[in-house]
Amino acid sequence: MSELLTDIDAIRAQFPILSREVNGKQLVYLDNGATSQKPQSVIDAISHYYEYENSNIHRGVHTLSQEATSAYEDVRKKVQKFINAKHDHEVIFTSGTTGGINLVASSFGASLVRKGDEILITAMEHHSNIVPWQMLCERRGAHLKVLPISKEGEIDIEEFKKLIGPKTELISLVHVSNSLGTINPIKEMIEIAHAQNIPVMIDGAQAVHHTPVDVQDLDADFYVFSAHKMYGPTGVGVLYGKEELLNDMKPYQGGGDMIKSVTFEKTVYNDLPHKFEAGTPNIAGGIALGVAIDFINSIGYEFIMKHEAELSRFAVSQLKDIAGLRFIGTAKERAGLVSFVLDGIHPYDTGVILDKLGIAVRTGHHCTQPVMNFFEVPGTVRASFAVYNTKQEVIKLVEGIDRVKRMF
Amino acid sequence: MVGSVSKMEEIEEGIIEEFALFDDWMDKYEHIIGLGKELPLIEEELKSDDLLIKGCQSRVWLHAKMENGKVIFTADSDAIITKGIISLLIRVLSGQTPDAIINTDLTFIEYIGLKEHLSPTRSNGLVSMVKQMKLYALAFRTQQNG
Ligand SMILES: Cc1ncc(COP(=O)(O)O)c(C=O)c1O
Repeated sequence: MSELLTDIDAIRAQFPILSREVNGKQLVYLDNGATSQKPQSVIDAISHYYEYENSNIHRGVHTLSQEATSAYEDVRKKVQKFINAKHDHEVIFTSGTTGGINLVASSFGASLVRKGDEILITAMEHHSNIVPWQMLCERRGAHLKVLPISKEGEIDIEEFKKLIGPKTELISLVHVSNSLGTINPIKEMIEIAHAQNIPVMIDGAQAVHHTPVDVQDLDADFYVFSAHKMYGPTGVGVLYGKEELLNDMKPYQGGGDMIKSVTFEKTVYNDLPHKFEAGTPNIAGGIALGVAIDFINSIGYEFIMKHEAELSRFAVSQLKDIAGLRFIGTAKERAGLVSFVLDGIHPYDTGVILDKLGIAVRTGHHCTQPVMNFFEVPGTVRASFAVYNTKQEVIKLVEGIDRVKRMF
Repeated sequence: MVGSVSKMEEIEEGIIEEFALFDDWMDKYEHIIGLGKELPLIEEELKSDDLLIKGCQSRVWLHAKMENGKVIFTADSDAIITKGIISLLIRVLSGQTPDAIINTDLTFIEYIGLKEHLSPTRSNGLVSMVKQMKLYALAFRTQQNG
């Protein structure tokens, strides 16, 4: 293996956008939870595809189609290795985390959820992991149960055990919370659920770029994530599912690529993974996802985790002395972000002023309105870190907040 | 009616002059924040859900009534910068005739460099508020004519 890249300046140099100015100031990008920036290699992969390989996959005998198909299918194998899935056909390409959750809610729901059954989620889920289940429950006459969280933003395992019952058909929970940063003990939770034969789906949108994921070690039944939060392009994501479960599920959408044969009387569905991949996918995006994985591997999780943990610790240590600042989400196990409110200053106002200073943070409810209601805040200010962020940027954020406080 | 339109333009001119004094964004925003703090609030009991305009980021309450052929607006927001901009919109639009309100395109916002706040992507409730103000004006005009 070639030497790992662990020099922050060299890492930053790979991200062209980081050198741009915003509102006349050097950009400080701390909204990585929403989407990360892309390294040059990922950007190049997309244009290279359209300049050199573009054609439809799985369809043509001509050279371009063969090349594009093998480039795309190679990424499936790369993702398989990335999350340590047993088979490459357990990797389904989707449009993103939301796409993956909707696929499972729809297909698993259609086959396996009946009237009176229960789906269990937690109170810290992203709207993407709430609404598809609500819609399913409405369709099937099932019930959505919600595992509460503590003031620290943690779930209680004992409470979890109590909420699982004979009617629970599926549990869907977030690996790392996007609004609180909490890392849930998913391995333990999956074990508890499996003791009662209940499958578990994990929303890994905020996890895969911070920590290595081994779906076999976790024994997750489904695991979903988006390429765009892990240095890859938008519009591509992955649904991992265990072979037996995916085989039991009905297809999600009908169309080309997902069939073996079609007559007006009967259609025979294709095998995994194509059964769930109707229509022409985002081929360029899929190929670029492979390059994003290469980028992560070129640095290695050891450095990524150490660096991001250091940044979070540093941010907490710098922010905690600011009078009137209250952290939202103080779980013991946290990843990659700080979320907070300033006494008497609306998060929106904070966001506007920080933006004027070239600092991009996320303000608002982060698509987790139930979390905001629980903490009784209209929203929070969230700074979320990626491998290219620096302590100097955290210091600029702290100075920015000082400025905000003086202005209001 | 023509008089009312020019009155609106005068107010807009005044705001543009007021903002011409600031050559740096900080001073400008400090001024907006000051305006936001001064704006008379809608009384708590009036802040009901039917006055609420939901922005994704900040919330806005808007109340309208008709007095002597003029529309009187009061409004509030939980975010101060939003409220400061509301105060400018109220200064221009409140006390005008329904026709003047319906026909204005509020170009002063662009002149004073705050157009970004009236962008739908800001999701601060301001775009919906302006739309709502025009709808009120339209409704009052229909009432008048009816
Ligand atoms: C925890 C979590 N789940 C789901 C999503 C939705 O991801 P996407 O919009 O890429 O489908 C996000 C993105 O913000 C997230 O943070």
